[in-house]
Amino acid sequence: MKKLLRKDNIKNLSSYILVIVAFVVCQILIGAKAMPSMYQSLLIPVCVYIVMALSLNLTVGILGELSLGHAGFMSVGAFTGVAIALALKEVITATWLLLAVAMVCGAIMAAIFGVIIGIPVLRLKGDYLAIVTLAFGEIIKSLFTNLYMGIDPEGGFHIGLITKPEDLVEGSKMLINGSIGISGVQKISTFTAGFILIIISLIIIFNTVKSRTGRAIMAIRDNRIAAECVGINITKYKMTAFVLSAAIAGAAGALYSLNYSTISATKFDFNTSILILVFVVLGGQGNMIGSIIAAAVLTILPEALRQFADYRMLVYAIVLILIMLATNNPTLKMFFDKIKKAIRFKKKEEAKEDM
Amino acid sequence: MTFLSSLISGISLGSVYAIIALGYTMVYGIAKMLNFAHGDVIMVGAYVCYFAFNSFGLPWYIGVLLSMIICTILGVVIEKLAYKPLRAAASLAVLITAIGVSYFLQNAALLLWSSSPKSFPQKFFNIGGKSGFTIFDGKLEISYTILVTIICCVVIMIALTLFTEKTKLGKAMRAVSENKEAAQLMGINVNRTISITFAIGSGLAAIAGVLLCSAYPILQPTTGSMPGIKAFTAAVFGGIGSIPGAFLGGLLLGILESFTKFYLSTQLADAIVFGILIVMLLIKPTGLLGKKIMEKV
Amino acid sequence: MKKILALIIAVVMMVACFTACGGQAETEATAFKIGGTGPLTGPAAIYGNAVKNAAEIAVEEINAKGGIQLELKYEDDAHDAEKAVSAYNSLKDWGMQIFLGSVTSKPCEATVAEAANDNYFLLTPSASSTAVIKDNDVGFQMCFTDPNQGSASAQYISDKGLGKKIAVIYKSDDVYSTGVLETFKAKAAELKLQIVSETAFADGTDTDFTAQLKDAQDKGADLVFLPMYYTPAYLIISQANQMGYAPTWFGVDGMDGVLTIEGADTSLVEGVMLLTPFNADSTDEKTAAFVKKYQEKFGEVPNQFAADAYDCVYAIAQALENAKATYDMDNVKLLEVLKEQFTSMKFDGLTGDGMTWDTDGAVTKSPKGMIIKDAAYVGLD
Repeated sequence: MKKLLRKDNIKNLSSYILVIVAFVVCQILIGAKAMPSMYQSLLIPVCVYIVMALSLNLTVGILGELSLGHAGFMSVGAFTGVAIALALKEVITATWLLLAVAMVCGAIMAAIFGVIIGIPVLRLKGDYLAIVTLAFGEIIKSLFTNLYMGIDPEGGFHIGLITKPEDLVEGSKMLINGSIGISGVQKISTFTAGFILIIISLIIIFNTVKSRTGRAIMAIRDNRIAAECVGINITKYKMTAFVLSAAIAGAAGALYSLNYSTISATKFDFNTSILILVFVVLGGQGNMIGSIIAAAVLTILPEALRQFADYRMLVYAIVLILIMLATNNPTLKMFFDKIKKAIRFKKKEEAKEDM
Repeated sequence: MTFLSSLISGISLGSVYAIIALGYTMVYGIAKMLNFAHGDVIMVGAYVCYFAFNSFGLPWYIGVLLSMIICTILGVVIEKLAYKPLRAAASLAVLITAIGVSYFLQNAALLLWSSSPKSFPQKFFNIGGKSGFTIFDGKLEISYTILVTIICCVVIMIALTLFTEKTKLGKAMRAVSENKEAAQLMGINVNRTISITFAIGSGLAAIAGVLLCSAYPILQPTTGSMPGIKAFTAAVFGGIGSIPGAFLGGLLLGILESFTKFYLSTQLADAIVFGILIVMLLIKPTGLLGKKIMEKV
Repeated sequence: MKKILALIIAVVMMVACFTACGGQAETEATAFKIGGTGPLTGPAAIYGNAVKNAAEIAVEEINAKGGIQLELKYEDDAHDAEKAVSAYNSLKDWGMQIFLGSVTSKPCEATVAEAANDNYFLLTPSASSTAVIKDNDVGFQMCFTDPNQGSASAQYISDKGLGKKIAVIYKSDDVYSTGVLETFKAKAAELKLQIVSETAFADGTDTDFTAQLKDAQDKGADLVFLPMYYTPAYLIISQANQMGYAPTWFGVDGMDGVLTIEGADTSLVEGVMLLTPFNADSTDEKTAAFVKKYQEKFGEVPNQFAADAYDCVYAIAQALENAKATYDMDNVKLLEVLKEQFTSMKFDGLTGDGMTWDTDGAVTKSPKGMIIKDAAYVGLD
């Protein structure tokens, strides 16, 4: 048991080390001006998608429920974050603080949505649960495309659905403008903030998983009825995992939206939810370090393939299929195993020789 | 009158969803995988039929036949290359390859047939030069396309139900869907059964493609993706793996969508439809016609 | 573990690409490098490809003349702000000097902020949202803005007395559509036009329009305003035809292209009115030559996006020639001279004669009213 825990710890530690090393390398490359600007512009999206993948992995990998609407939480976080950042622009002048406040607010709002959505969703099982998360994702998208929010000079908020709020006085500013979304956002997201968010997410997830709560959640995943029989409060623990996952996604959404001067609800559609799910499945369910690598690789890949011009997305599709086949095919698996064994054997031999 | 016309437009939309959902439910129920490429196979089917009709001047029934053949072959090839090697892997893993295949088909179509939209011929099902008939002194018009879609849908549903209930192969499919290992022990070739399921599903996709584009005659490389998602929702809503369920789910989804647009709001149609769907699933957590599965520890 | 191994291999592959791109040697510039982003894949690919194709034709023609030489590169942004920013940055790495912006509004709003930050001159062919030119000093437009279209449409309808009761169908999740609608409604209220029905659709509900049409019909609308692109508009018109509903159809410049749909039943769109700066059937010499060349090369009739892109390249070439710009100027210097040129010069193109730009970057050309007769545009005035 002790050994197992230690192995776990090593794996967790390696995740931190990977992230930190990657961050340092990137910073050095930027400092040395050795990084093309395309890759520089990808740093923040990569961070965001890593966090999204980590948070979804909490639902899919640890809790064991398929969610097809995770981008909805990202959307909630994004809109809240930007609205807060715009509203508080004059109050908080330090951009890092403004960003932090926006991210926290995004996370809180997403958590509230997580609770509202979690109550009905978590009563269902399997594919039916998945379809309801999809439905919620679409509902959130549809609501945000029709949401109008203005702020009057005195700082009061006015909200309208479908049409602009009618009580809007002269001189007020539109914050959220229906399908136009939010324009003229001040870009305050930084790579460092992204890095910190990844680290915080990792700390939260690893600590939750290791705690009593985490063990209860995994017990539910592995055998719900048995867990219930031992007296684990199913709803409570399921909800904890789901809301936590939503909150982290909300923070990521805020970071994402504050990296672009414009944001619209259509970005957070079903396709984005699926993309994040792909990161999680490719990296391995429950495997955080896998999620990190998969999210980074699959976000950079389509951009790195730009030299293929018209055939870019075709090549991307083929690469995606090939990666999947390569990592799951029995013949290839055997091949990898053989190599591994050979290496291990060699090591043993060397060890013997040393003796 | 508004009620009737909204019902008819709902049924026409619903029957298109239903016919796509039937293909979805076949594959989803038996192979236990979300075949996200299904919508794109539909698109390929529609393109094949379009070119057969418009460029080669073939009669429509040959066009439909041709697109069925090509889609079936396409389905089998996809299955062989992309899904079969992952038979032993987790079902979610196959989802990624399905998404890869979906991207591939969409972008291949974009390169092959360009991004500009094509108008699908609407005269397929005209009788005597007319596109439909009217009832109630011309107050209500019903197009033949809708009629054909509904008839096709019912025929396919009955045929599929009979096929899975009565034939040996159909029973094998149900067995595979229940329990792969047990089916294998009973001497069923699981791999072959799943391959055949894909072939049938893809053949159905071709028909769905032709009907979708006859009813809503714009054809683009992305034509299949949105109806695909809706149909998938309908299939689950109807009860996974249940063929009449997929039919009912599709039809209900269409009618619901139409009623919402007619009576509530066109702007928030999607939100309201999905909201009602959620409520219905909460009342009936295993879909409309889904089986209650006893849970054992 | 194998997955991780495979992923690491992928990373290594990518790093290999990355270093390959980075190692370019500095050579002497022999052409102006012009870059642009647009949706070359995905649902909006028609617009991106039209722009790219037309811009290529223009560059070829200009280069063949032997005067100033241009080099063009288009990157895919899949109609997504995030992808547009990385596409823009990849153009920067390529050594872009002048930016053609993004084809669609939302991505262009994102790239214009980047361009303003890096001091690149931006002239977009088709991103018509006001946010593209507002609050920045680098953005210029070749198309007219959404508000301009909306109010021009209302004015036109009112002036000609085209409709007493007006219905509007718009795409609620599309910036272009809601942008036009907003000013249309404002202007219509001002002119006392009566809007009786206002319905919408979105990406997931863009197949069946019976509800929207029935609403318009029941409320007795005799004119239906369609601020949207031509693909859904064609579906709407064909479904109305099946219903036996035949109001006057009025579209904006996005409607242009409805005649180019392959296999379309052009009798359906007979009598449709639209405001557009470009007419592919025009007998004008320049237009005819362009349309012919486009058709030969790409097998399609160019739409207004293509015409705007063609004009963009020519306008830039004209400005560069006027300013006697040299190939070795960097983007900051080019921004300075081009801005000076664009705010002072006059340009004759396919989409209008004597175009000028104001200091904001908005073009002054007026949309022309067209009506479709015998599958061709005929001027309304």
